[in-house]
Amino acid sequence: MTTTVTTHRPRPAAQPDSLRAKRLPRYAAPAIALAALLVAAAVVYGTGIGGAVLVVVVGALLYLVGLFAAANAVEGRRSARNRTWSALIHSAFVLAVLPLASVVWTLLSNGVDRLDGNFFLTSMNNIGARDPEGGAYHAIVGTLEQVGIATLITVPLGVLCAIYVVEYGRGRFAFAIRFFVDVMTGIPSIVAGLFVLAFWVLIVSPWFNDGRPSFSGFAAALALSVLMLPTVVRSTEEMLRLVPAPLREGAYALGVPKWKTILRVVLPTALPGIVTGVMLAIARAAGETAPVLLVAGGGAAINFNAFENNQSSLALFVYQQAGDASRYAPARAWTAALTLVALVLVLTIAAKLLARRNRLGR
Amino acid sequence: MAKRIEASNVTAYYGAFKAIENINLTVEPKTVTALIGPSGCGKSTFLRSINRMHEVLPGARVEGSLTIDDQDIYDRDVDVTAVRRMIGMVFQRPNPFPTMSIYENVVAGLRLNGVRKKSILDEAAEKALRSANLWDEVKDRLGKPGAGLSGGQQQRLCIARTIAVEPQVVLMDEPCSALDPISTLAIEDLIFQLKDKFTIIIVTHNMQQAARVSDRTAFFSIDKTGEPGRLIEYDSTQKIFSNPSQKKTEDYITGRFG
Repeated sequence: MTTTVTTHRPRPAAQPDSLRAKRLPRYAAPAIALAALLVAAAVVYGTGIGGAVLVVVVGALLYLVGLFAAANAVEGRRSARNRTWSALIHSAFVLAVLPLASVVWTLLSNGVDRLDGNFFLTSMNNIGARDPEGGAYHAIVGTLEQVGIATLITVPLGVLCAIYVVEYGRGRFAFAIRFFVDVMTGIPSIVAGLFVLAFWVLIVSPWFNDGRPSFSGFAAALALSVLMLPTVVRSTEEMLRLVPAPLREGAYALGVPKWKTILRVVLPTALPGIVTGVMLAIARAAGETAPVLLVAGGGAAINFNAFENNQSSLALFVYQQAGDASRYAPARAWTAALTLVALVLVLTIAAKLLARRNRLGR
Repeated sequence: MAKRIEASNVTAYYGAFKAIENINLTVEPKTVTALIGPSGCGKSTFLRSINRMHEVLPGARVEGSLTIDDQDIYDRDVDVTAVRRMIGMVFQRPNPFPTMSIYENVVAGLRLNGVRKKSILDEAAEKALRSANLWDEVKDRLGKPGAGLSGGQQQRLCIARTIAVEPQVVLMDEPCSALDPISTLAIEDLIFQLKDKFTIIIVTHNMQQAARVSDRTAFFSIDKTGEPGRLIEYDSTQKIFSNPSQKKTEDYITGRFG
C-alpha cells in the first residue's frame, strides 16, 4: 500500500513546495500561431500594402509577441523567455533553409527541360542559334579534369603545409605561413585567374607552344588550386589540432618515429574532417567561372587534353548560355547548373562514405 | 630482460620553470617502484623523463644523467625511438588509437616499426593480450574498434599494446586513476604478474595502491608552488609506510599534509 506523506515543515521562500508548475496547454502554441496569421492577414489585406510574404513575416512577429505574452502570463518569465528564444532559433533555421530549398526547386523545375541524353552526350560544336540540341559534354569533361587536376595539386600541398604548421613549425616561419594562408583566403577568384594568366599563360606556356601563349584546362586548374589551397590548409590545420595529444604520445611511447605517428595515427584520426575540408574546397572550385574564362578560354568543342587548347567548364557553360541570344540557350544553362550541383553533391557523398569506411564500423 | 635504471642529478624544466631538481635514484631490475607525493611535485615529470617523453612538449628539457644498464639515454647519439621501444609507457587516461581495431591497437607498435608478417603479429597479439588478462574478454571481437571497450578494458588494451613491443621497462602514469575499483584490482594483479619480466615504475596518488603493488617507494614533494619538486625519501615500501626516516614523508603518509 502506498501512502502519501505530507511534511508540514515551513520552507524558505526560494524553495517552492511543489515541483509542478503551470503549463500552457498543448494547443496553445499552434492556436497562437493561427491567430497571429489571421490577424496579420486581416491587417495586410485590409490595408492592401502587401501580399502573402508580408502576412507570414507579420504573422511570425505577432506569434513571437503573443507567445511571450501568453507564456509570461501563465508560466512565468523564465519559461516565456525560453519559449521565445526557441521560436527564434527555429525561425532562424527556417530562414536558412528557405533559400536552399528555393534554389533546389528552381534548378529542378527549370533544369528538367533539357535533362536528356543529348545534353550529356553532345557538345556545343556546330550548334547554331536556331538549333535546339547541343549539350554540355565538353563542359562536364572540362570541369572534371580541371577540378581533378586542381585537387591533385592542392591536397598533397595543402595537407603537407598544414602538417608542417601544426606538427613541426615553430616561430616566425610557421606564423608567416599561417598569415599568408589567411591572406590567400581573401583572394578574389578573378585575381587568381589574372595571376595564372600573367604567369602561366603568357610567360610559361609559350615555351612549349612554339612561342605562342596558349589557353589550357591546366591553367584553369592552377588558378583553381590557388583558390582551394587556403581552404584545404586551414581546415586540415584545425582537424590536426583536434587530434588529442595523448594519442601522439601513445604512439611515441611505443617507439614510433614522429613522421610515422603523423602518417599512421594522426592523419587517419583527422581524416573525416580533412575530407570535409577538401570537399568544401572542391565545391568552391567547381563553381568558379572567372578563372576558367580568363585562362582556359571556354570553347564549344570537346577537348580531353587539359594541357593544350581551350577547354570549357560547367560554370563557364552556364555563364555563356545564360547570356546567349538563342531561345534554346537558357534551358541549357539551367540543366548545366543542375548538373553542376548534382556533381558536387555526388562527389561529397562519395568522399564522406569513403572516409567513413576507414573509421571502422561502430 | 629487465634493466637497471639509474638517475643522477636529474633536473627537468618546462621552459624557464624548473619542475624537478637533482633527483637521484636507482631502480633495480624486475621490481615495482612507486612514485608518490602531492600534486605538482614532479613525479609525472620524472617518470616522463625516463623515456624521454618529457621533451615532447615545446620548451621542455632535462639535465643530468639517466642511465639504463650504463647507457645514458640523454647522450647526443642516442636514438629517441630506440629508448622508447626499450622503455614503454602507460598513460593516465586510456588512449587506444581510435581508428584502429583491438587487434590493430595491440600490434600497432610492432606494425609501425616495420613488422609485417601476419603469423608474428598474430602470435604477439595473443601473447600480449593474455599477459594483460584481456584475451578472454576480446578474443571473439578482435576486429572491433578499441575505443568501444570499457575504460578498464581500454587501459588493459593499452598495457597490452605497450608490452607487445617487449620493452625492458614499463612506466605507468597513474594507470588506475580513471578506473573503477574492480578494474583497478585487475590492473594491480597484472602489475604483479608483469614484475616477473619487466621493471615497472608507477606513479600513483593512491597510497594503498603504492603499498600493495610496489617493492620500493619514492616520495617526492615540493616546499611550495613554484619551487621545483625534490625526492625526499626513497626506500623499501615497507620502510616508507611503517617507519619513514623523514618527517615530511611521515606527515604525508599519515595524511597530515598533502
